[in-house]
Amino acid sequence: MSVRENTSTRLEVDLANGGDTGTTPVAPPVRRRRRSSPVGARVEIAVLVGPALIVFLGFVIFPVVMAAYYGFFSWQGYGPPTDFVGFRNYITIIQDPTFQEALTHNGVIVVLSLVLQGPVAILLALLLNRKLRGQSLIRVLIFVPYVISEVVVGTGWSLMLASNGAVNGMLEKLGLGAFSQDWLSNPDIAIWTLMVIITWKYVGFAVILFLAGLQGIPEELPEAAAIDGASFWQIQRHITLPLLAPTLRIWAFLSIIGALQLFDLVYIIWGQYIASTAGTSTMATYLVANGRNAGNYGYGNAVAVVLFLISLVVALIYQRFVLSRDTEGAITGKGKST
Amino acid sequence: MTALTTPAVALPPANPPAPIKTSRRWGTPVAYVVAVLVIGLMLAPVLFIIIGGFRTNAQITTDPSGWPSVWNIGNYLDVLTGGTFWRLVGNSLIAGFATTLGVVVLGLMASYVLARYRFRGRGILYATFAAGLMFPMTVAITPLYLVVKNLGLMNSLGGVILPQIAFALPTTIIILVPFLKAIPDEIQEAAFIDGCSRLGFFWRMIVPLAMPGVITVGILAFIASWNSYLLPLFILNNDAVFTLPLGVQSFASQYSVDTAKVLAFTSLSMIPALVFFALFERRIVGGLTGAVKG
Repeated sequence: MSVRENTSTRLEVDLANGGDTGTTPVAPPVRRRRRSSPVGARVEIAVLVGPALIVFLGFVIFPVVMAAYYGFFSWQGYGPPTDFVGFRNYITIIQDPTFQEALTHNGVIVVLSLVLQGPVAILLALLLNRKLRGQSLIRVLIFVPYVISEVVVGTGWSLMLASNGAVNGMLEKLGLGAFSQDWLSNPDIAIWTLMVIITWKYVGFAVILFLAGLQGIPEELPEAAAIDGASFWQIQRHITLPLLAPTLRIWAFLSIIGALQLFDLVYIIWGQYIASTAGTSTMATYLVANGRNAGNYGYGNAVAVVLFLISLVVALIYQRFVLSRDTEGAITGKGKST
Repeated sequence: MTALTTPAVALPPANPPAPIKTSRRWGTPVAYVVAVLVIGLMLAPVLFIIIGGFRTNAQITTDPSGWPSVWNIGNYLDVLTGGTFWRLVGNSLIAGFATTLGVVVLGLMASYVLARYRFRGRGILYATFAAGLMFPMTVAITPLYLVVKNLGLMNSLGGVILPQIAFALPTTIIILVPFLKAIPDEIQEAAFIDGCSRLGFFWRMIVPLAMPGVITVGILAFIASWNSYLLPLFILNNDAVFTLPLGVQSFASQYSVDTAKVLAFTSLSMIPALVFFALFERRIVGGLTGAVKG
């Protein structure tokens, strides 16, 4: 049925164009046909988008909106919330030193993630981008920690790092017993331990992302530079890195947001209570510990809103000042990126 | 005179291979050394878990970082013959495949409309889905838990699967829409002329042509579901419906004295994700390449 419509409109258009079968008639018939059966198209649109939209609105947008609503109540989760407290939850959060500590930890994790993972991942990606035997195997192996679940990572590392665990045992054997530490519960060290684990777990993702970005750089550019006598590192510094800058900025964005919302690893390794004394608590572990686990659903939702707003502000600032460079063209981006 | 001209002529062709060759010769061994070092660091903790499973608790206590003096497969056999591990694997497989199927079907249908239909509100629709990237599950977890509870889906895998589908949709749509847009209009034209309806075109042309993108998206959804922790932690409180991550954690706390068995359990639980990833590594990297460029 729609076929007949299609051919007939096509004919009309062809006639209207004076039977010209050049390039122009190809586009118009599509548009024309779509307009000709708006009801059918609308039904198709509804049928195709409907299920996804319902699931998305029901399980993503609605809960987020409700989080904002519940945040204004003192509510234990039974029955509808009635005890409206205005902004009191938010005031409590901002004044709670435990939350301030968690926020500081998040800030430290954001910065250290960028500083530790970025350079390492760039170097690895540059090295792996060259022709190496067994390159695909190397790539798979580097990505292994990223694929393993946080629970497995957390369980394995906590056993290794326990005071009588493998890491201290290894140090002992190497005659470095003096360096053995209480890696997990010493508050001076715990956050660095966490950073090592985070770097180990997520650097593979950065490498894969950068490799993907490097493969998008046309081979002619480094080749031309090599012909002009540029050294390997000069090529990387002046050609590859600037061209990789958009990928770097996207990775940094994902890394920042991920670090702000870090939950699984900390909660699994340090549990809900030790995290704050070991100095590794994050806003998300604070949310779960003081919200659901304490039975204060209203308060937990207010924390979620704060967490979201902080992420949003950071994301907007980043978008405004860093990602916008990508739209300014290669020259402006190139000048600033290094 | 010849001395002057020959270098001038000879230099350009001699020059280009020279820097490339030297840089390769100079760089390659370094690259191998670095690669081996990095792989060693990346694999050491994984190997610790796997090898630790072959030791006995006595060995682990006396020498935590040692090699198994006798390779003891008893821990692995215990885990493999007990029912708990297989029940957890079964639950994780059901959740993983159902999530993947849901994400692919719903995501592909929605992406098809967003990529190839022209209608009012399309931009808003796309922006709505894309905005989902801004809402991590952590933020919505408490109300999400209440929604699932009100739907009567607590302690059922469905209560994990539906939210997982919903939260995977933004990434899926963002990856698939450019993919579907890239399919040339001419193919659509030809299909319509040959008597294909628009939905027929979807099934016969779009689905096969979008396969590479679909596979990438599917793998990402599966791995995310396989490793998912926060949501099952809130929704599933009953051993019978635990997925692997919850199972590993509860096993680790239940048998905290039996370190060797915990290590065996943990290493077995990471095998499926590793196998899955090894099989599809190329697809994942390919999909990311597309996403970075797009």
